[in-house]
Amino acid sequence: MSFDQFLQYISSGITSGSIYALTALGFTLIYNSTDIINFAQGEFVMLGGLVAISMHEWGAPLPLAFLVAVALVGIVGVIFEQLAIRPLLSAGVLAQIIVTIGASLAIRTVAMLIWGRESLPLPPFSGDSPIVILGASILPQTLWVLGLTLVIVVALQLFYRRTLTGKAVRACSVNPTAARLMGISYSRVVLLSFGLSAAISAAGGVMITPVSFMSYSAGALIGLKGFAACILGGLGNPVGAVAGGLILGILEALTVGFLPFSGSSGYKDGVAFLILLVILFARPQGLFGRRTVEKV
Amino acid sequence: MPIMRVEDVSKNFGGLDALKRVSFTLYEGQVKALIGPNGAGKTTLFNLISGVDRPTAGHIYFRDHDLGTLRRHEAAGLGIGRTFQHSKVFDDMTVLDNVKVGRYQRGRAGIFSSFFSLRRHRNEERQVRETAFEALKRVGLEAQAGELAGNLPMGDRHLLEIARSLATEPTVLLLDEPAAGLNNDETDRLADLVRQIRDNGVTILLVEHDMGFVMDISDEVVVLDYGKKIAEGPPLMIQNDEEVIRAYLGDDLA
Amino acid sequence: MGIVAYARKHAAFLAFSAVAMCAPLFIGNKYYLSILAFTATRLMVALGLNLLMGQAGQVSLGHAAFVAIGAYGSAVMTTRWSVNPWLAMLVAALLAAGVAAILGVPTLKLRGHYLAMATLGFGEIVFILLVQLKGLTLGTDGISGIPSLTIGSLDFGRPRAYHWLAWGVALLMLRMSLNLVDSRVGRSLRALDRAEIAALSLGVNTSFRKVQVFVVSAVFASVAGSFYVHYIHYISPDSFSVTFSVVLVTTVVLGGLGNVWGAVWGSIFMLFLPEYLKRFNQDYTNLVFGLMLIVVMIFLPGGLVGLRHVPARLRRRFTPPDALPAEDT
Repeated sequence: MSFDQFLQYISSGITSGSIYALTALGFTLIYNSTDIINFAQGEFVMLGGLVAISMHEWGAPLPLAFLVAVALVGIVGVIFEQLAIRPLLSAGVLAQIIVTIGASLAIRTVAMLIWGRESLPLPPFSGDSPIVILGASILPQTLWVLGLTLVIVVALQLFYRRTLTGKAVRACSVNPTAARLMGISYSRVVLLSFGLSAAISAAGGVMITPVSFMSYSAGALIGLKGFAACILGGLGNPVGAVAGGLILGILEALTVGFLPFSGSSGYKDGVAFLILLVILFARPQGLFGRRTVEKV
Repeated sequence: MPIMRVEDVSKNFGGLDALKRVSFTLYEGQVKALIGPNGAGKTTLFNLISGVDRPTAGHIYFRDHDLGTLRRHEAAGLGIGRTFQHSKVFDDMTVLDNVKVGRYQRGRAGIFSSFFSLRRHRNEERQVRETAFEALKRVGLEAQAGELAGNLPMGDRHLLEIARSLATEPTVLLLDEPAAGLNNDETDRLADLVRQIRDNGVTILLVEHDMGFVMDISDEVVVLDYGKKIAEGPPLMIQNDEEVIRAYLGDDLA
Repeated sequence: MGIVAYARKHAAFLAFSAVAMCAPLFIGNKYYLSILAFTATRLMVALGLNLLMGQAGQVSLGHAAFVAIGAYGSAVMTTRWSVNPWLAMLVAALLAAGVAAILGVPTLKLRGHYLAMATLGFGEIVFILLVQLKGLTLGTDGISGIPSLTIGSLDFGRPRAYHWLAWGVALLMLRMSLNLVDSRVGRSLRALDRAEIAALSLGVNTSFRKVQVFVVSAVFASVAGSFYVHYIHYISPDSFSVTFSVVLVTTVVLGGLGNVWGAVWGSIFMLFLPEYLKRFNQDYTNLVFGLMLIVVMIFLPGGLVGLRHVPARLRRRFTPPDALPAEDT
């Protein structure tokens, strides 16, 4: 593999890695405020992409399509929280998991009924003539994905560190009871987490669609990879989630590069799972684990 | 004769010292109480002694076994039983089934004899049932044997936890705030039960806030404050210890 | 135990067995016979999953993959390597057990539901492998010409014979599950789910028991897969997507967690419901399943089996509060 080929793989790895990072961030937001692992997270990504496609088809310019998709999926997240999560907030983990699985299947099927089974395209945000950097040609969409991901991550950090609402959310994740005593409404925080989480994941979905298309069934695998990224970076650690997503994306891309035989892109999807298992075996707190993984 | 030695035990949670070099010895046949203000580290110490957690430094010896080297479920096999401050009964199982779980470690039936209900399994089940019922009688819950544990009032839940622990035939029993939420009558009955258990040869270590109860039944008291042992001795001595009074009432009052 | 005492103790089981075994005598329609046969294999999977979820409180989102191990294991070994079907079934089940142990050991000692995610990933991988390993699985073409099960001159290819065989095995698994629930192991599983720290303090090796019941559930699923392919004689990857894993979870949840009979009613309902839904549009089936998971969890956590408690609960709701005994929470 030559150096510019290597760069090529890295850049495509960073592109998909950014999406895993945003999905992982979505998992983290919900996990930190409720301890729930949301098995429908990938469906938010999928919805984001498909809604943007429809908006674009109806003549909306891409930036508007992007914003509408993010807002709409954010609302879906809020409705999901109200209808399905709220009644089970204090129920056991089993019930919560089952409900998010049910939601995932329901959302996926509705998406199929609306958008059909085909993979649908979306044009890149600013043309597709590649930019040559260090001998490697890089698609402008890659820069868009990277840039927007960066903006989202920074904005989210500012929100958590600088605003009152953001601090309230953090307080709830550290100690819900104490936060409640301070007059912070836990249920509002949970609602906000679901809305934000869905919106962020949807943004990832819109960004990746020009690169890899979007279909109703794409959410499950992206969700799984987002979770693997979470575990890699340490579940509950937002910085780790982003780093984990990028690392996972790059590892996947390199797997395709180094495995010579045909069909290796099919096995690419196995990398995430393998990493998930290895990390759970060897280092369940993740590479940058902050929260200790309690063994009961 | 010493049965358990806590030696220089420290426990640290993410930079926070929950216990600092605590030492004391538990003697066979005694009732020892562990007291201290909230957050003094009592439950932390209980978790170490019952083997579900390990000390950051120091050792806890039960007879010759270092409890820090055990796996989490192994303390029960050595004869250490415990109850919990916040009810940990198995809510949707019957009271009798709760106590039957206490017989788990004395049983042998594995997955195959359970699946096929083999003869030796059925014999064992009969014994489990009888022993569990005996344990329920000792705490006076035999009438509620068929009820769901989740339906019991708070006081009875604690009795159920005691029965469940007794079913393991412990040599040391750890009781975490057994008198919490009990009225005077119930507390008196609990005191009788604790004495009766002690008289049957079980050594008892208990955490309790009800000072009347503690002073009434304990042979010795250990006082923790901010993770440190500040006093140890018979109840009368503890009641008049200046440092203990200060810990409980604050500096300005002492 | 005397026969009379045995019959009294296991009345429900004996009655159900009698109905299940006699059904083919009264059903001539081949189509309905085949649905009944599929119900038997579904029940085998559901019973294992019911033990895992209802007793130990763990979720597997990859049980389709364990069914696939049984189905493809039997298909590949019997058609390509001419292995005896019964031996192939055994080897596949051992393989499923081994894989389950590898997945379960790292995930089940952690708190929370790492098993659910690990099995979800595993399900995706197995699906990919079924498509990609063309040399072994023939890819999307699938494997055809899988032989029927035989014992000597007994041929279980005929619908009635197969029915009795498959239901015989399913009923055996039902009896085993019912026995397990009321045993030392079953109680320890419920205990570790309801209050793990208390179970540990009573000496229950919780990690071991969780892995063990997960392995058992994988073996049940694998055996079901083997029986399935020897009945339909053809297999392709389509049947083993992750969606099928979710359908399996739906079977168990809908029937009722925490009660072995839930697996029975869930299986019957789930095999006959799609037949009904077919009259509308098959695409809606998964939507109905997904919504059912949510609705059942929120409004009827006991599933179909829990319905029998509903009249009592309603009666209590309409009784003045002071007339109530200590209320359950």
